[in-house]
This record gives sequence, C-alpha cells and structure tokens, in this order.
Amino acid sequence: MNANYMYSLIAVIILLLLAYVGVAGMHLEVLFGVIIPYAAIAIFIGGFIYKVVDWAKSPVPFPITTTAGQQASLPMVSPALIDNPKNKTGVVIRMLLDILLFRSLFRNTRFEVRDTNKFSYELEKWLWLFALIFHYAFLTVVVRHLRFFTEPVLLPVQLLEKLDSFFQVGLPVLYLSGVALLAASIYLFLRRVFIPQMRYISLPADYFPLFLIMGIAGSGLLMRYFAKVDIVSAKELTMGLVTLRPTIPEGIGAIFYVHLFLVCVLLAYFPFSKLMHLGGIFFSPTRNMPGNNREVRHVNPWNYPVKIHTYEDYEDEFREKMIEAGLPVEKMPEPKENLEEGKKE
Amino acid sequence: MADELPKSEKLIDVDYSPPSRGWMDTPVKIRKGMYCYAGNPKSLELLGAPNPRQWNPLDEDWKLPDNWKEIVFEGLRERIDKFRSFKVFMDICVRCGACSDKCHFFIGSGDPKNMPVLRAELIRSVYRNDFTKAGKILGRLAGARPMTLDVLKEWWYYLFQCSECRRCSLYCPYGIDTAEITIIGREILNLLGLNIDWIATPVANCYRTGNHLGIQPHAFKDMMEFFVDDIEEITGVRVEPSFNRKGAEILFITPSGDVFADPGTYTAMGYLMLFHYLKDLGLDITWSTYGSEGGNFGFFTSHETMKRLNAKMYYEAKRLGVKWILGGECGHMWRVIHQYMDTMNGPADFLEEPVNPITGTRFTNAKSTKMVHIAEFTADLIYHNKLNLDPSRNDNLRVTFHDSCNPSRGMGLLDEPRYVIQNVCKNFYEMPANTIREQTFCCGSGSGLNAGENMELRMMGGMPRANAVKFVKEKYDVNMLACVCAIDRAALPALMDYYHPEVDVTGLHEMVANALILPGEKKRTTNLRGEPLLGMEDEDAE
Repeated sequence: MNANYMYSLIAVIILLLLAYVGVAGMHLEVLFGVIIPYAAIAIFIGGFIYKVVDWAKSPVPFPITTTAGQQASLPMVSPALIDNPKNKTGVVIRMLLDILLFRSLFRNTRFEVRDTNKFSYELEKWLWLFALIFHYAFLTVVVRHLRFFTEPVLLPVQLLEKLDSFFQVGLPVLYLSGVALLAASIYLFLRRVFIPQMRYISLPADYFPLFLIMGIAGSGLLMRYFAKVDIVSAKELTMGLVTLRPTIPEGIGAIFYVHLFLVCVLLAYFPFSKLMHLGGIFFSPTRNMPGNNREVRHVNPWNYPVKIHTYEDYEDEFREKMIEAGLPVEKMPEPKENLEEGKKE
Repeated sequence: MADELPKSEKLIDVDYSPPSRGWMDTPVKIRKGMYCYAGNPKSLELLGAPNPRQWNPLDEDWKLPDNWKEIVFEGLRERIDKFRSFKVFMDICVRCGACSDKCHFFIGSGDPKNMPVLRAELIRSVYRNDFTKAGKILGRLAGARPMTLDVLKEWWYYLFQCSECRRCSLYCPYGIDTAEITIIGREILNLLGLNIDWIATPVANCYRTGNHLGIQPHAFKDMMEFFVDDIEEITGVRVEPSFNRKGAEILFITPSGDVFADPGTYTAMGYLMLFHYLKDLGLDITWSTYGSEGGNFGFFTSHETMKRLNAKMYYEAKRLGVKWILGGECGHMWRVIHQYMDTMNGPADFLEEPVNPITGTRFTNAKSTKMVHIAEFTADLIYHNKLNLDPSRNDNLRVTFHDSCNPSRGMGLLDEPRYVIQNVCKNFYEMPANTIREQTFCCGSGSGLNAGENMELRMMGGMPRANAVKFVKEKYDVNMLACVCAIDRAALPALMDYYHPEVDVTGLHEMVANALILPGEKKRTTNLRGEPLLGMEDEDAE
C-alpha cells in the first residue's frame, strides 16, 4: 500500500461524492452547474496568466541552450540545425518538435545491466508513446467538447468527431479519444506504481491529477455509453454558461454534475500544479534559445561589475620574479639606490 | 581513500532497489569516499567569500552563521527573481522519470537521490514550502518540506555528487537542466561557506596567480622550458614560445592542468609544436602567465566567481593588444566561453572577428566572443591542407574518442575533434551510440569533483564511461582514449587504471603533434611520451 496514491485516490473519491451528494441529495445544481464552473474558469485563466507573467518577469541572464548536436562552425562538419539551432527558425522547429511530438522524450533510453557487468541503453519508447497518446487524446476530447459550447457546431469539430469515431463501433458510436485517454492515464498510473524508481519519486501531486483525469474520462464514458445522459439538456446548460445566461435545465442527472465538477477541480488546480508544464515548456531556456552564443552576444539585464585581480595587482606581486625569468613587465622597479635614498629622506 | 577503495568487481555490483522508506524520511548519511574535504578558510578569505572557517562535513556542527536559514531563504528568493531557468525548473517538473537512469552517478551508485529528478526535488521541496501556495497549504501532500539542518547537509552531499554534465537535460521533455539547479544550489551553499576544498583552493589560486595550480609566472615559464627541451630531444627542433608578448596577433589560453601533469603535458607539448610549425606560415601567437588558466572552477562556485576569474581573458587580451583569442582543449572552460563569457565580460569590441592567419578562414561562429577552439582551428588547417602529417606515427594507437560533457551539450563541438583524429591516426573506433556525442557520459569527476578523497564516488560516476570503453576495448582492441578536456586527462587515467589498465588517455593535440612533420626535424623514433614508434623499437634501444 502506497500512502502517496491512497491520499490522492481518497481525495478524488471525496470530490466525486461531494458533487454526487450535492446534486442528487441536496439539489445544489446552481452551485455545481453555475457558480463553481464560473469560479473554476476564472481561477484557471487568472492563475495561468499570473504564472506565465511571473515566469516572464524573471530575466534570462545566460544563454544555456542544451546543444543536442553538431554546432555550425566550419565546412567540414554538417551542423545539426534543429538540435543545435543557429537561428530563430531552428529554435522554432526545435520547440515545435518538442511541444507537438515530444522529441526529447523520444530519445529516451532505458539503462539495464546484462550478464553482471554489461551495460545497455536501449531505446525505450513506451513512455513517449503513451505520453503522446495521453496528450493527443486529451486534446481531442477537449476540442470535441466544443460541440457543447458552440451553436451551430463548428465544422472542424464535426470533422474531428468523424475521425474520432472512425471505427463506427457501438451506439452511440465509440469515440477513440475517450477510451485512449482512460487507457493512457491508467498506463501512466501503473508505471508509477510498478517501477520501483518511479514509485520512489512519485508524490501525491503526481497521482492526484491522474486520478482526476481518470475520473473525468470514466464519468464521461459512463454518461455517454451507459447512463445515457440527456444531451440536449446538458448542452442547454453549457450554452447558458457560454452566453452568460446560465440556466439549470431539468433532469440532466447527477453524473453530469460529477463530471463537470471534476473538470472544474482540474481547471482550478491546474495553475498551481505541475500541470503548468503546458505553459512552462515555452519558457525553458535550454530549448528556446539558439546555440549560436559565440556569434551573437546575449545581454544579461542584471550584469554587474565584479572585483577582479587585475594584471597590475598580479605584476606588483610577482614583478621581481618575472624580471628574473625574463618575462616582460609593464613597470620596471625603481633602481635600488633611489629606494634607499627615499628611505633616508 | 585509495587503499579503502573497493575492488572494481565489487563496485560494479550496484543495488538499484530504492529504500523502503520515502526519501523525505531517509536522512542523509555522509560517507567517506563519497565527499570532498571542506574548503580551506584561507582560500575563502582570499576571495572574500562568506564564512571562512575550519569545518568537517563529518562533524555534527558545521559552524554555520546563526541566521543560516534566512540566508538560504533570501538566497533562493534572489535567484528565483534573477533566473527564469531556475524558477521554471522549480515549477514544471512532472516527475516522469525520463532522467532517472541517465545520470552516471545514479548508474554507478544506485542511490535514488542521485536520480536527477530527486536531486532537484531536494531543492524543489524547500522551494514549494517557502514560495508556493500549494506547498504552504498542503505541505507534504504537495511535496513540500521545511528547511532543516539535515536537509541542508543533504543538499551539500548531493550537490557535490553532480558533475553538472547536463546529460539529464537532453532527455527531459521540458529541458529541465539539473546542472542549472546544481549550479544555483551550490551558489546558495557558498553563501554559508559550504564549499569543497578541491574547488575553493584552485579558485583562490587562479584569482591570485592566474591559474588553478598556483603556478607563479617564473615557474610557469620554467615548466614550458622543460617541454621545449623534451621536444628538442624527441624531434631535434627547438620551439620558441613567447609569453606576455604585447602586439601578438593571437593570445593562447589553455587549462593549466596540461602544463602540470601527464598525460596533459603531452598535449601542451603538442600545442607548442603546432604553433612552432605554423610560425613560418604566419602565426603570431603568445601565451600569458597572467591568463594562464582556461578552466574556471569559479563556475562551480557561483556565477559571480565565474565572472571574476573569466574576466582575465578579455582583460589580458586587451592589455596585450591581440586581435583574438585561441583556446585550448578543455571541457567546462568551453561551456563558460561559449555560453557565459561574452554576456558576462563582453562585449569584446577591442578584438576583431577571428581569422585564421594561415588559411584566411573567418570564424564567423565566433564573431562576437572572438575566441576560437583549437579543434576548430586545427580542423580548419587540415581541411586546407596546411599541415604536413604522417598518421602512421600513431599506428600503435587504436583510438576511441570520449566527448566531454560541456563541449557536447553546452556547445556542440562533436565532429571537429573527430575530423582531426581521423586525419592524424588511422585506427579510430566509436563507442556505442548512446554513450557518445550529445549522449556522452561524464568522466565522473567533472565540476570540481576530481579530488583524491572522493575516489569511490569518482569511480562510481565513471562507471558508465568505463563500461563503454570496455566494449570497444574487447571488440576493437582499443588502447587509447582520446579527449578534449583537461579534467578528463586528469580523471580518466585513474578511471582506466581502476577498470581497464590497458587503456591509456591522450589529448587531441598530442596525436596531432606526433603526426606533425616539423621542418628540419630529425628522424623520430619515439612519440612525445618517449615510447618507441611502431617499427622503431630497435632504434630506440640505441
């Protein structure tokens, strides 16, 4: 039993019950359907902007690009224009590849010891693959949900739905993204539990969002395929939120409010958690700066003068020895007689 | 120490299972062989560094100032405001674990606190506690813990078990660079006078005498004279280096370690021979005794100390009136030059865009900093066919190349040295792909950790590198490990000696000089080490 994920699991179950009891038992539809969603959105947007502005306020004193390939120097070498970008174009491509395809994670290797002392570092793509599935499934689900916030439904959203239900399984047709999101979050959870090093480094703050997302995906699937929530009423509520004319339609069912509440918790939690890696990656100096540091000078806004040991200090200490060794000096010492005469006076 | 060092067969049998207790509940245990001695108070005093005193890491009392917690808090706050890198890296780690098995110290020790993610969490946990709302409200649930003396000792112990090699940052999906976190963490520790002597004393030496080893100007010249004599003995040619010469076109700066200890000395001899060879072709170059250090252990102390030491390069270039600076083979020296120097101590508008006087090549990639790496310089010479080379003189070598961390991941100098090697020797073999180039493994002794008292740590950290060398040694019979770093040349021989004594260590320019045919030289029977060349064994006996 691992306390770290038990805390998080219990927290998510409490949240879930809170919404269920709140709506099914206490009829707090207005609280869970209007007030909390608005508050969550406000916290998300406000918190996100606050965090990003806060990062931007700290300057970037030094160009600390992680160079992941050959520099552009001379004709006999072929530079890695993306992994060691020499200009903005290269940086943009590098960033896009990292943000959209998780290129750095794609490099991942797994260290293993074979036959007592043979080390191997084989490519390990599972983390990359499931991370990619997780994020793209999430994105698809979010975009698909725009159906509930637009009227008429935007064409790209409709196209995405078509694509997402490509296999035409079940009725209502199964969206791949929902299942993929749940599956990928379960994978990400299991690797934290079963890989000893992962278990060791994982905090409650690592399990909590995973359980939350599992709860969101699970309640979503439940609503769509099993509980069959009244979609028309649900959309009436969501459209009311968007148009700032909130209404609480009758008979949507408590499970919808559970789903909505968990989404709200995720939104409100987002800016104060590790989930801010979404914004943070754009600010990562090892990735968003070019590697041309000897060609173009980077300016540090807080650069300040420091005390150095000057050549003059150095020569003053070693002058005699330097002269003896035949090293050139700036100042020849005064002849000895002069010094002695000076003393006499 | 060396006699207490476990046998390599034992050391390599690493237990990777983490302790059953959580890391926050596992207090640090400072173990002999894994740490470096505390900084000498005299060295700290010379630099005007805080809290100089005698102290021992094994003692309960570290003789900290009474308000040490406040100093740490203020130190963190200041750096959060000054370094976006630090602030973002404190906030966005998701603990995906991609970095966990990328660290040579983790691979070699199995200690989970040597996983980059956890090394960073040691600081992050305090950051959360002191600077984030979630941490203040939720405490341990949000991964926060208050600063205590145990935590501070843990910082010290593990921040000096990181060689700032940046291998982890390569794999991090967000580019989180543990080196940056270690650098800032060490900077904060230095506010309390918590340094190690292997860093503090070289820094003090460098500040005063111009180099880490504390070699005074006349002695520096003497040592070079020895090389001149040795070169004459081997080649029959007397080279004439100049020192502190005003009006030279180029200033040459290299790590002082190469003037001091084998096998770096052979690389230093290589430079002398190359410069002599090029003299007639129009090279006008001088060494400096004031700027006689390329390395910068200030980098392992604080940004300010790095700047104070690095300032000498431009200062001396200006005083001598040279046009540009040529830099020797070194690792962290080149990270400082490539990513910090121009920003800290530039703009170097009193220098000119470097042009190779022999080939006419403009080094546009060094247009602003005005400092060129000697591997770039030599590669350019070879490319333009300016060097008369006899690679067969290196036929006794079967060479592999160790990419140093800093030129690889903090610069991208990967193919220039390979181009040079392949032109000066015939037998070159790469180590496995995931252990070289940008994925290279540290020698295990970088960032000021190449002391004697932490030999066990060094051998642990060097284990992945040694293992990759073993691979090419068994497969291709490799007997020479080449590198472009003075710390490597100091550290790798000990590593090879421990794991595979049959493999030796060389600098790039030692091999260049062995192959280089000097005008007017006598028939060479030995290499720079005085070992007979292949097929010359008999003549050597004469």
